[in-house]
Amino acid sequence: MTAAALPHPHDIGADPAAPLVDLPGHSSRGRLERVLRRGEFAVTAELSPPDSANLEDVEVRARNFEGWVDGINATDGSGAHCHMSSVAVSAILTRIGYSPVMQISCRDYNRIAIQGNVLGAAALGVGNVLCLTGDGVQCGDHPEAKPVFDLDSISLLSIIRAMRDEGRFLSGRKLTTPPRVFLGAAENPFAPPHDFRVIRLAKKIDAGAQFLQTQYCFDLPMLKSFMARARDMGLDKRCFILVGVGPLASAKAARWMRANVAGVHIPDAVVARLDRAADQKAEGKRICIEMIRELREEPGVAGVHVMAYRQEQTVAEIVHESGVLRGRAPWRRDFIPKMQAVESLEAG
Amino acid sequence: MTAFLTPSAFEPRGKRPPPERDPWMRTWSVRHSGFMERLYRSFETALAIAAPILARIGFHRLERPVGALEAGVKGLLFDCRMCGDCVLSKTGMSCPMNCPKALRNGPCGGVRADGNCEVYPDMRCVWAEAYEGSLRMREGGSIADVLPPINHALKGSSTWMRLAREKAKAPR
Repeated sequence: MTAAALPHPHDIGADPAAPLVDLPGHSSRGRLERVLRRGEFAVTAELSPPDSANLEDVEVRARNFEGWVDGINATDGSGAHCHMSSVAVSAILTRIGYSPVMQISCRDYNRIAIQGNVLGAAALGVGNVLCLTGDGVQCGDHPEAKPVFDLDSISLLSIIRAMRDEGRFLSGRKLTTPPRVFLGAAENPFAPPHDFRVIRLAKKIDAGAQFLQTQYCFDLPMLKSFMARARDMGLDKRCFILVGVGPLASAKAARWMRANVAGVHIPDAVVARLDRAADQKAEGKRICIEMIRELREEPGVAGVHVMAYRQEQTVAEIVHESGVLRGRAPWRRDFIPKMQAVESLEAG
Repeated sequence: MTAFLTPSAFEPRGKRPPPERDPWMRTWSVRHSGFMERLYRSFETALAIAAPILARIGFHRLERPVGALEAGVKGLLFDCRMCGDCVLSKTGMSCPMNCPKALRNGPCGGVRADGNCEVYPDMRCVWAEAYEGSLRMREGGSIADVLPPINHALKGSSTWMRLAREKAKAPR
């Protein structure tokens, strides 16, 4: 444990709630972009927004990740379920000093609402935006809702890039201050049509994607073949690729996810390994840590995105035990790690 | 067929989301996308030649009959939804408006392991079809082009007439 490690000086501002000073060649004034551009292996985590109107619920959830991640994703109605909005969650996170990745799903808003939200979020200090298609309404708690899908993730990327780089709305109307955002996209290397997935990634990069966060990776060979093709096309040089990982709580949970969560691919071998384990939860964590270590060595992988749904408190342990940061310290409020936290990690 | 009761993003003219019947005709069109591409190219040339004549008759007079013809022909061949902003040549001759998310730039991440749709488990993913279709086309590589967002103002109008208008305006 490297208790003395300090965050990089570029990642610290006088006021944690304010955007950082400009760096040349950077699209945003956020921390995630800096970490990636310095060539460090980045770690991001997913925060599931609360079903509440209480801002403290967001703070409590984010605290799980403090000092262990470079960006916190605020999901936007994930699984087509209703939660606190990603704009609000991201804004709350910036007030504390965290670096949020605001997710935007095309399912719920049209181009007018989305462009307005991007301006609002950027004004509130949000530096990273992740453009998603969104799950269909049928899998959520409001299956009778109108699916909007006015845009798709790729046209959304191109619109936000034009707002940032050309200072205009899609309509052509000028912006007085363009949003300074680092643009992200998602990809699922584990879903058919497999040959098209890399082409789709290239399209996303052409449309403006600067970083990529993938769907959960439980199948390393499949990811490796995706990465090999991406490297052949030079995509890893044009975009920071963060691979999605996460702990499975049990074999039952794995089977449930496989059957019910759109786009999640879990090989039978992983489920069988969980089945055999005496402590399935610990085994799920171990599988996740092994995966992170493998990904750390994969050429072209710039980081990992940890999605620990309902197990957020395990993210710190996973990142710590994987040793993936190699002594680097992501930003935290106080620059000295809390000793209790370290002790509890070592005990656990 | 309860799965088909789920609403999709684009369903003009009271059309049910995916066809409740087997979409064999649109599957056939994608299987023969190379032929369809050639057919379309000759049709475009014919349209360019006919454009001045059509202009003389008056585009506004032709909009409705040609629109009805287009809806009939493309409805049969591609399950066309008359979005008015046709991009078939860039989507492997698989109409992207049959995707319940109306995605025009590629498949979503929810495609099932068997290549079927996340929203309609009994329907093959429109984009899995599109990619296969693009491989059979001479200019199928254009599936990699980033397409701009759809123009909803064109909904229900005839793409053929819009093309003819453009051809009539273009200098020869």
